[in-house]
Amino acid sequence: MENKDRRAPVSQQPHVVAKPEHPEHIGGSVSIQINEKKVTVPMGTTILEACRENQIHIPTLCHHDDLCIAGVCRLCVVEVEGMRTLQAACAYPITDQIKIKTSTSMVRKARRHILDLMISEHYGECYSCVRNNNCELQSLAEEYGVDSYTFGHVQESQYKIDNSSFSVIRDMDKCVMCKRCVRTCIDLQEVGVLEAVNRGDDTTISTFMDKDLADVVCINCGQCINRCPVGALHANDPSDDIWNAIDDPNKHVVIQTAPSPRAAIGEEFGLEPGHSMTQELNTALKRIGFDRVFDTNFTADLTIIEEGTELIIRLYQALVEKKEVSLPQFTSCSPGWVKYLEHFYPEYIPNLSTAKSPQQMFGSLIKTFYADKAGVDPKDIVSVAVMPCSAKKFECNRPEMDDSGYQDVDFGLTTREMAKMIKEAGIHLPEMPKSHFDNPFGEASGAGLIFGATGGVMEAALRSVVEFVTGNKAEDIFDNANIVPVRGFEGIKYVELPIGDKVGPVPDLIKHLVPNWDWLKGATLKVAVAHGTANAKKIMEDIKAGGKFSECHFIEFMACPGGCLGGGGQPIPTNEEIRMKRAEAIYAEDESLEIRKSHENPHVIQVYNEFLKEGPCSHLSHKLLHTHYTKRGKYIA
Amino acid sequence: MNTEIKKTERQGAVLFTEYERGIAIKKAVSMNREDILYEIKMSKLKGRGGAGFPASTKWMLTAAAVSDKKYIVCNADEGEPGTFKDRVLLAEYPELVFDGMVIAGYVIGAKEGIVYLRGEYEYMLASLEDYLQAMRDENLLGKNIGGREGFDYDIEIRLGNGAYICGEETALIESLEGHRGEARNRPPFPVTTGFKGKPTVVNNVETLACVTKIVQNGGEWFRAHGTDKSTGSKLFSVSGDCKKPGVYELPWGTKISELLKIVGAENTKAVQVGGASGHCLSKDQFDRTLAYEDAGTGGSIMVFNESRDMLKVLKNFMEFFVEESCGQCTPCRIGNTKLLEGVEMIERNDFTFSYINKLKELGRTMQVASKCGLGQSSPNSFISILENFKDEILNKGNGGSNGK
Ligand SMILES: Cc1cc2nc3c(=O)[nH]c(=O)nc-3n(C[C@H](O)[C@H](O)[C@H](O)COP(=O)(O)O)c2cc1C
Ligand code: SF4
Ligand code: SF4
Ligand code: SF4
Ligand code: SF4
Ligand code: FES
Repeated sequence: MENKDRRAPVSQQPHVVAKPEHPEHIGGSVSIQINEKKVTVPMGTTILEACRENQIHIPTLCHHDDLCIAGVCRLCVVEVEGMRTLQAACAYPITDQIKIKTSTSMVRKARRHILDLMISEHYGECYSCVRNNNCELQSLAEEYGVDSYTFGHVQESQYKIDNSSFSVIRDMDKCVMCKRCVRTCIDLQEVGVLEAVNRGDDTTISTFMDKDLADVVCINCGQCINRCPVGALHANDPSDDIWNAIDDPNKHVVIQTAPSPRAAIGEEFGLEPGHSMTQELNTALKRIGFDRVFDTNFTADLTIIEEGTELIIRLYQALVEKKEVSLPQFTSCSPGWVKYLEHFYPEYIPNLSTAKSPQQMFGSLIKTFYADKAGVDPKDIVSVAVMPCSAKKFECNRPEMDDSGYQDVDFGLTTREMAKMIKEAGIHLPEMPKSHFDNPFGEASGAGLIFGATGGVMEAALRSVVEFVTGNKAEDIFDNANIVPVRGFEGIKYVELPIGDKVGPVPDLIKHLVPNWDWLKGATLKVAVAHGTANAKKIMEDIKAGGKFSECHFIEFMACPGGCLGGGGQPIPTNEEIRMKRAEAIYAEDESLEIRKSHENPHVIQVYNEFLKEGPCSHLSHKLLHTHYTKRGKYIA
Repeated sequence: MNTEIKKTERQGAVLFTEYERGIAIKKAVSMNREDILYEIKMSKLKGRGGAGFPASTKWMLTAAAVSDKKYIVCNADEGEPGTFKDRVLLAEYPELVFDGMVIAGYVIGAKEGIVYLRGEYEYMLASLEDYLQAMRDENLLGKNIGGREGFDYDIEIRLGNGAYICGEETALIESLEGHRGEARNRPPFPVTTGFKGKPTVVNNVETLACVTKIVQNGGEWFRAHGTDKSTGSKLFSVSGDCKKPGVYELPWGTKISELLKIVGAENTKAVQVGGASGHCLSKDQFDRTLAYEDAGTGGSIMVFNESRDMLKVLKNFMEFFVEESCGQCTPCRIGNTKLLEGVEMIERNDFTFSYINKLKELGRTMQVASKCGLGQSSPNSFISILENFKDEILNKGNGGSNGK
């Protein structure tokens, strides 16, 4: 069962027996016994799955629903009749009529021993740990009644904390060697920064040649953080600095909130996944002391205009002017993806849209357009962004992100850190009254909002492009303007959109760039969407080999599984079900909005009328809203 | 001076006998695969690598697996402290080993055989390669072997990377595939999902050598040696305090006391059966027999006389495991360190009996909850030495009331 698609060592791959397509057919299922109860399960079901389906709780630590099986922590051991040793429930595919016992004295003793061993080497104190109250080791210790250090306890730190990265901090003193981060990085993300080194008790998780995380090919996606069961990995938290700014009367502190944190932050306050807290958050942030609260979706709309215009220019140059241009155009709003490309496919940097991400566009507008309008000295503005993402912290610290004359965005804050600040201010978010975003940016469109889900940027772009080119309403082409083919969690989506023979007039905004649409008559727009860098890699390899994706015009890439809503700064835990619910919340909010297309956002039009007077992709917009990239390569000196 | 016994001195009833290369291969290719499997089943041959899994069952499962490719792997990693019998077989009786690999390939339908040779045995590589070439020249490897139409098979030798864990069959396969040597989750077992995900037989060198003799002389003949549950004979690598260390072929069922006499051991206090991962027996147990059903072993026998400090012996073993654990699973990674720390506490005379008992309990958890055979067997020495040499180790010094 060799799986060529995976880079994970075979020992960490799911050697599960392939489940039959029709478990109801003869031989497709097997009858087993769990704690005297007879049940029937499809062949290849793991003992863990079988137990969960029958409401039998098995403790796990190295297992994660998103990842391949490791079977290394051994906490999930159970007795299988006739076998000399205990079996790891997470790693045992059922193919025989086995009898399982999940809580015998041998099993309980073993689990307790294993916990005792882990704790004996775990250096850290819960009350000074980011994962206090949301830590799998802590809950297991409670579940198994650990009340003393049976096998001793490390008295001093064994490892230096690696806080070199703007995004991810590694505190290996707390590591329990579950290797979830390794599997995340190498298998889910195909980056391969983390690996187990050394043998025996000296085994640790390390980077290439034990370098600092800032000096290796880490793309800052933070997916490893989201899957670490303990506090060994966490984001680089700037909230102390933000508090200081809030407390400083001379500072004008503004904050922008992205759609994904709003769809997920409720989870940090005990809500079920899938409740958007957008307007409650506005109130909470004001009460905390932020001077202005803006909606990142506004610059998402701006991104669509800029990036869409860039695409149109590239297509025009390629098809009409017959110039050498780099196509397909790649989206550039996911900083994890951008860094991935810079490391692994630097030769494709010309394909990246030069448009900045919404966060960074907002950054440069706030310290120019807004500062001017509000009459605040930009040097006194502290600009914060609440993002679902740990890579956004790195992004705002990229040296080139200073087009306003200052660091455009001062701090990237994750959803988790935001929730912590809100709690610290004594606020229970779900109880907040609702309020609106602040002007001059006001509300944004639903197109900007759906940026949060994989396929969202593409859908937003298509809603506008289709209207621009055909002159028809997106609603006339797609039911309710929902472009369903680009939605969903399939790893890679590919869509062809025939433009047809009827084209409309060129909208005023870009009239100076293309004379008409005749050159697009009868053309078919080919687009693709990928989320998770493992899927991005598949597309990139296909493009390199001249496959079908090399013929695409526009491809959306997001570094994180599910898109931003599954970002490395989002509430923990994560799994596909949770991400699905967040996506539903985002799409529901989109449908509830009046304006659902970026080019119809009146505030965006106002910015072009008042400030970026030469229109999209013009000189000033290039200065403020576009950027450039760095060839990094795989090896860093 | 090397007191080890030499080839001319070797004698045995099954393996250390006259044999000419190719005899069993030629006989095998004239037989049905099922008939060969039947003979092996009749012989009741069990794996010689330590675990003692019935060879015929392993082969039948692999033969029955449906796949375009299958592999035979000869496990010549021989990393268990105190064993060197596979080295003797490969150096002095390669005909038995390689013929067995060819027969295995014929029976399960593999085209490739791989010898995973312990890194330290690299010096043998050239002569083994020459030997394989000679077999090719005689059509004992290559195409249509022994004149059997369609039976193509060849053998490749790969060098191990020096870690004990790589002798464990699934870690061995990982290592062959170029990964870090770590045991895989089982099931599925290598018989269905082995090297490159294909059905694979992993057998010890000696197991394969036995196959050759079984095919030559029949399963009934083989079974006539040894005991009912442990058939045939066994190669024992004897080391330690004795006059004639070396590799001996003795029938299964031989008493430990008999073996001690044969190797010229005197004043023996303890015998470690099965290497570091085995059990340590004291005098009162020397009438136990070497057999799967009694004192089983992959072949390592270490003899300790009265002058030895059993705590030191134990410490050596535990240091070995702390060093060699692959570090993948919790019980073995941390457990062995805790056991070693326990030994050091005893050494410093700074322990409590209750803590040592807790460590023994921990050892029992390691035996059942570790991911692979290494962690499952590493507490054996700890538990058996502390139980069998309790008076010497725990009750010395302050007469049993020591500790905090
Ligand atoms: C830590 C460890 C080391 C092992 N080392 C060896 C070895 O060096 N040689 C060997 O034949 N089997 C070794 N084994 C046993 C193998 O996993 C496997 O059971 C054996 O190769 C199967 O062959 P057999 O059935 O012919 O005995 C080892 C097992 C463990 C757990
Ligand atoms: S990682 Fe978990 S157990 Fe460890 S200090 Fe943090 S909260 Fe406590
Ligand atoms: S942040 Fe992403 S790239 Fe960096 S180590 Fe974690 S998973 Fe790997
Ligand atoms: S850093 Fe976290 S995820 Fe990685 S092995 Fe350690 S505990 Fe597991
Ligand atoms: S038992 Fe030891 S050697 Fe085996 S997998 Fe676990 S840590 Fe590795
Ligand atoms: S959860 Fe099964 S071994 Fe870790």
